[in-house]
Amino acid sequence: MAFVSSGYNPDKPMENRISDIGPRDFNEFLPPVLKNNFGQWKYHDILEPGVLLHVAESGDEVYTVRCGTARLMSITLIREMCDIADAHCDGYLRFTTRNNVEFMVDSKDKCDALKKDLQSRKFDGGSFKFPVGGTGAGVSNIVHTQGWVHCHTPATDASGTVKVIMDDLFEEFTNHNMPAPVRIAVACCLNMCGACHCSDIAVVGIHRKPPLIDHEYLDNVCEIPLAIASCPTGAVRPSKVEIDGKQYKSVAIKEERCMFCGNCYTMCPSLPLSDKEGDGIALMVGGKVSNRISMPKFSKVVVAFIPNEPPRWPTLVKTIRTILDVYKADANKYERLGDWAERIGWERFFEKTGIEFTPHLIDDFRDPAYYTWRQSTQFKF
Amino acid sequence: MAKHKTPLLDQLESGPWPSFVSDLKLEAEVRAKNEKNVNYQIPVEVVEDLLGVLELSFTDGETHWKHGGIVGVFGYGGGVIGRYCDQPEAFPGVAHFHTVRVAQPTGKYYTTEFLRQIIDIWDMRGSGLTNMHGSTGDIVFLGTTTPQLEEIFYELTHDANVDLGGSGSNLRTPAACLGQSRCEYACYDAQGLCYDMTMEFQDELHRPAFPYKFKFKFDACPNSCVCALARSDFSVVGIWKDEIRIDQEAVAAYVGGEFAPNAGAHSGRDWGKFNIQTEVCDNCPSKCITYADNKLTINDKECVHCMHCINTMPRALMIGNDRGASILCGAKAPILDGPQLSSLLVPFIKVEEPYTEVKDVVENIWDWWMEEGKNRERLGETMRRMGFQKLLEVTNTKADPRHVQEPRHNPYIFWKADEVDGPWERDVNEYRKRHQR
Ligand code: HEM
Ligand code: HEM
Ligand code: HEM
Ligand code: HEM
Ligand code: SF4
Ligand code: SF4
Ligand code: SF4
Ligand code: SF4
Repeated sequence: MAFVSSGYNPDKPMENRISDIGPRDFNEFLPPVLKNNFGQWKYHDILEPGVLLHVAESGDEVYTVRCGTARLMSITLIREMCDIADAHCDGYLRFTTRNNVEFMVDSKDKCDALKKDLQSRKFDGGSFKFPVGGTGAGVSNIVHTQGWVHCHTPATDASGTVKVIMDDLFEEFTNHNMPAPVRIAVACCLNMCGACHCSDIAVVGIHRKPPLIDHEYLDNVCEIPLAIASCPTGAVRPSKVEIDGKQYKSVAIKEERCMFCGNCYTMCPSLPLSDKEGDGIALMVGGKVSNRISMPKFSKVVVAFIPNEPPRWPTLVKTIRTILDVYKADANKYERLGDWAERIGWERFFEKTGIEFTPHLIDDFRDPAYYTWRQSTQFKF
Repeated sequence: MAKHKTPLLDQLESGPWPSFVSDLKLEAEVRAKNEKNVNYQIPVEVVEDLLGVLELSFTDGETHWKHGGIVGVFGYGGGVIGRYCDQPEAFPGVAHFHTVRVAQPTGKYYTTEFLRQIIDIWDMRGSGLTNMHGSTGDIVFLGTTTPQLEEIFYELTHDANVDLGGSGSNLRTPAACLGQSRCEYACYDAQGLCYDMTMEFQDELHRPAFPYKFKFKFDACPNSCVCALARSDFSVVGIWKDEIRIDQEAVAAYVGGEFAPNAGAHSGRDWGKFNIQTEVCDNCPSKCITYADNKLTINDKECVHCMHCINTMPRALMIGNDRGASILCGAKAPILDGPQLSSLLVPFIKVEEPYTEVKDVVENIWDWWMEEGKNRERLGETMRRMGFQKLLEVTNTKADPRHVQEPRHNPYIFWKADEVDGPWERDVNEYRKRHQR
């Protein structure tokens, strides 16, 4: 493993430096049929789950085959995608906003051959490399985060939870059986790097124990005022601590005020809080981002805690399945999960799904909490 | 022979959904065999050690990455997320495991030539693992060592003609829906605007100069395929101002059952015969559509552009011809003061090259927020602290009923002194002449 220079000269770092060139222009990468019909599309059809047809004013057609991916992927797999795109699609492909991959061709015959090829590819362990689906009223890919693969603040894993949920919901990915599309998101802590706050179903990693305080190191590695300002509930204050006769500048945390968000740890490495038994998942439902019929909605917490159960998180998977089955059976056509829950009333949502309602689900964060209580005698028994 | 035993992760190889574990194991094997004779610049066993440390986290129920990590390339203040394992002796292959964010082409279209070029760089100088893509949009190269960062950057910029993405308190990598490239609903060229704004503000993206992070996202219609109004501080959403175009023959084809509603999105289930009254007219949030005497009519003045009727009958109903976008501001995740979706600032703006009008709005917002925003305060939080009225002032926007969901219901109203007749400086003795103590 001998070092190989790229041409960069560490003695003259600013020499030959190219900067501020941004991304490549997308126009270089558009398949010719899209380039020729840019802004001239007439209509589209979903031919079958995972297969779309767009027809242009000119009469040109483009067939799109959408496949699930794990998002975390190797370059060997990307090379395989490139081989497929070279063989069927003149060397073009794209990725979606939910991290699926789309292959495009300009005729039905090519589309059928492409689909057959994609469906035939599997990993040695047996899972599909390129399952076709993710269109229409079904469950598409799960928008997710780093988890234990790369981040230091997670309360759960992302790649693992996503895999087990999608295994269970696989038939919903490859079908159009739902009343409306169901968007699922996973975030491994409250920073929610992704779409949890506005998804039909959101899995969020949470802690349930206050941070540990590494008094002997804290002042050396943290800016104490930043840690104090980072707390949404004002639980952190400066303090002096004596250990073995030595004085340290540090912080104190009012435990009864801390709701374990972990933001002080984000700002200060001496306040770690992850914990095997304490950490787990809060489940949220009912969010959406599109403006269709109803306005965009936040997702709401309906299960305050589900334990981490690696590697297959059975309780989490079962709870999601239960909610989806009830929604599927009960909601009207075009009704997103949040629209359905609001129509029947949250008391009915809990009754029908059998989920226990606990005090944790009642908002107690500052002034806006009041607006989530019920100022009415309108309710169902 | 795998370096570490992974009994828990092995259980994630079964099931139909693509297994990241199988993929990683395959990559570990490819590196071990090295049939292409790649001169690997970081440990060959990086992927095996990643599986090893992940297995340890599955056992412990806790992450094994140390807090933070500050690394990067000269000239830039962001683009690389540093990361170090907290068990470097057990897993030396991931002792350094930094992430490089690479700027993605808008709409995420690729040629295989370009993809192969950048993954060849990553093969030699990184772990061979990626995220396609990060939730902000970047191509994410997952795992390399500090000495390789400048080398990777040099090859990306010199050979592949591509830059890093953003991180830190700056403009992050913008993203758009696929827009006019493959969607008949697109009300403006979201990709064009996204690319243009990314290039215009390269300096703001690479060198943190803001109180906190700031994101742009561009949806070409209110369906929001890139979730702009939930995931960006500055959200541009396409919209039209005139009439929805109706093709009555196509309407008849839907009613007659020749065209599937919603382009066939519900084909997996028997929902009965398409009923235009219940499925379209009754679901219209404004109740501004009627179907009578085999004719569909829309009272466009009352339409709120929700997209429902167009989504349901894409071959019969089309967006209007007078097109532009709405601008909404302030979305953010919960930390610190709670989550926000973006709030409507500019109901309608024309979106045409060179996009000067849109850029003016952004620059006015930045001038204000860079001055007034507190340390680590998102635009949405500054808006809450200082008031929506302040945002209107700094963007020279006239208040309009469209700016609110409803008017305030408390009477705690601020007035400026010059809005009130007579001065605020008043003499209590004058007052007492009229009102005895
Ligand atoms: C009411 C609570 C929430 C609100 C208001 C909210 C709001 C937001 C906003 C504004 C964004 C864009 C953020 C940005 O760019 O800074 C976002 C992104 C995201 N949020 Fe939330 N969020 C909430 C709860 C959640 C929860 C509970 C989760 C996870 C379970 C979550 C997961 C995500 C994810 C994954 C993204 C990135 C979306 C994507 O890449 O598609 N959010 N959220
Ligand atoms: C602790 C270290 C963190 C890591 C490793 C991390 C990692 C990431 C990554 C990899 C992405 C995708 C980026 C891209 O596509 O370029 C992302 C997006 C995001 N991060 Fe983080 N993040 C961290 C901290 C935070 C914090 C402190 C917040 C908020 C308080 C946050 C909120 C978000 C949000 C809302 C997004 C989604 C943005 C979007 O949808 O456009 N993250 N994060
Ligand atoms: C011509 C029509 C359309 C095109 C070409 C289009 C394109 C796309 C694509 C490629 C994706 C990523 C999909 C995935 O990976 O699963 C997407 C996501 C999405 N689309 Fe569309 N779409 C269209 C119509 C619609 C309609 C009718 C709606 C709403 C009713 C809609 C709302 C969304 C939403 C909410 C997302 C998900 C965003 C997210 O949560 O990450 N789109 N769209
Ligand atoms: C010296 C001061 C005040 C006087 C003389 C006064 C007098 C009255 C009177 C005569 C009524 C009508 C009662 C009735 O219908 O039988 C009333 C109602 C009311 N007052 Fe006051 N008031 C005073 C201060 C306040 C203040 C400070 C508040 C609020 C902060 C207030 C809030 C109300 C409200 C909400 C009602 C309506 C109650 C209802 O609808 O049942 N008042 N007041
Ligand atoms: S959601 Fe939290 S734990 Fe997960 S990647 Fe983002 S910051 Fe890290
Ligand atoms: S974990 Fe959150 S609530 Fe608890 S002290 Fe830290 S910042 Fe405050
Ligand atoms: S946001 Fe609208 S225009 Fe953009 S891809 Fe989605 S449906 Fe099409
Ligand atoms: S777009 Fe929405 S509001 Fe407008 S007519 Fe159609 S259904 Fe009604």
